[in-house]
Amino acid sequence: MTERKRFINNTLFILMIVLAALFLFPILIVFINSFKTKFSIMGSPFKLPDSKTFAGMENYVTGIKSAGIGWAFFRSLFITVFSVVILTVLASMTAWYLVRVKSRLTKAIYSVFIFSMIVPFQMVMYTMTYVVTKIRFNNPVGIIFVYIGFGAGLSVFMLSGFVKGIPLELEEAANIDGCDPVRTFFWIVFPIMKPTAITVTILNAMWIWNDYLLPYLILGTQSKTLPVAIQIAMQGAYGSVNWGGFMAMLVLAIVPIIIFYLFCQRYIIEGVIAGAVKG
Amino acid sequence: MGIKKYFPLFVLPTLAAFTVSFIIPFLMGIYLSFNKFTTVENAKWAGFDNYVRAFTNNDFLNALWFTVLFTIVSVVTVNIFAFLLAAALTKSIRGTNIFRTIFFMPNLIGGIVLGYIWNLIINGVLSYFGVDISFDAKYGFWGLVILTNWQLIGYMMVIYIAGLQNIPRDLNEAAEIDGATSWQSLKNVTIPMLMPSVTICTFLTLTNSFKLFDQNLALTAGAPGRKTAMLALDIYNTFYGRAGWQGVGQAKAVIFFLIASLIAFAQLKFTSGKEVES
Repeated sequence: MTERKRFINNTLFILMIVLAALFLFPILIVFINSFKTKFSIMGSPFKLPDSKTFAGMENYVTGIKSAGIGWAFFRSLFITVFSVVILTVLASMTAWYLVRVKSRLTKAIYSVFIFSMIVPFQMVMYTMTYVVTKIRFNNPVGIIFVYIGFGAGLSVFMLSGFVKGIPLELEEAANIDGCDPVRTFFWIVFPIMKPTAITVTILNAMWIWNDYLLPYLILGTQSKTLPVAIQIAMQGAYGSVNWGGFMAMLVLAIVPIIIFYLFCQRYIIEGVIAGAVKG
Repeated sequence: MGIKKYFPLFVLPTLAAFTVSFIIPFLMGIYLSFNKFTTVENAKWAGFDNYVRAFTNNDFLNALWFTVLFTIVSVVTVNIFAFLLAAALTKSIRGTNIFRTIFFMPNLIGGIVLGYIWNLIINGVLSYFGVDISFDAKYGFWGLVILTNWQLIGYMMVIYIAGLQNIPRDLNEAAEIDGATSWQSLKNVTIPMLMPSVTICTFLTLTNSFKLFDQNLALTAGAPGRKTAMLALDIYNTFYGRAGWQGVGQAKAVIFFLIASLIAFAQLKFTSGKEVES
């Protein structure tokens, strides 16, 4: 390495440290403010807590109690986990069938799945809310069914892209050995699909955990999810927001995702790239 | 192999959920955009009336203009910054993995939470000047641009890094031996080789910015007035904020859908055209 190159790399390194600090700053601000008293946040969010404005864990206690955040947290967790697991299994089955059985019907179904990926949510939100309420699926269990429907397009698309690359010989061999299609799928095909299935699961988990408008329209304020609870705490308070409790809520929404990210970073980044390339 | 008769087991459950939450609402949506209604049950045929009202509605035209402007600024800034970060992190400097992890992190946080984080920070800064974000539409606009940059730069950076690592090293080395300056090899080797990533990132930022809702709702909710409401938020406001305007809301949603399809179609044309070339 020449002198000049070393100089450039050192400068870059320092620049990256500054930028990284800048990127972390907003998250850090929320953390710091969640330990300040509620009247010392708005207007002076950049001040560190001092002996007067330090609130300890008080915001977490009052914030969690008053806004029913505990329930919202577990409701979000319940909806996300069940939607994502069922969606991945069902979409994998559908993707395999649509690739292996070639008919006009399967082609048509596949095309509609693809088509749904470009339709913005606003196009169907009003009528979807009507249909779902009409059949009484507007509860934390029914919404899982809705998420399966909305997630089907992208999930089937990504999974069938992978199925196309699986050699037929394996399945034919299983068939000769007397496996019916159900066993062939669950014993042989599904294990091979695992990498893409993980990617799809992660993409869907991030979407459903963070989703606001769909649960707000279907579940309303009665059985709110975490993002809905946050929005209501702010908009429903008409100016009398408990900023301390609110900061604690934001922290509760951020922390699980960051822990999840640090644990399966490799899969998440791979998933994002795969999800991007699909276009 | 006799898979065919397993349709009810393998396809029907997914298809049923898809039909209820997407296909039926989509068809109803198209139909209702030509009707006047306050609930789905009292729809009366109105022809193109809703579309005429949509296009003569100032809130809608303002939202359209705001969205287009915001999308252009976001696409340009996000992609430039993401490329520069990717270029820096593919150099041999220490700690590239940690930097990558940090820059990517904001992307995982949900739109509502993102909006309120930046609401706090931007209002904190503006309070030194005695104003807040709802004081002027330009604060909301640049607030949204900053928020979107913070959220998307890391994501696009990851795609650019993958693209840069795919460029064979000997191409740049050959250019260097031939006496190319670093600017020349960037312009004539790196950027042309990186075009597939540029296309992906451009369209990803384009659709993400165009359809923005949660961030918009949490950061400004349209304030001042409805000046910073983007298309998705304006459609939402029309549906749920104005009695008797549901039909217009649905018509706006159809227009929104048509523009989104146009973008998707352009992307398809663009990517398949590029594939033929290479």
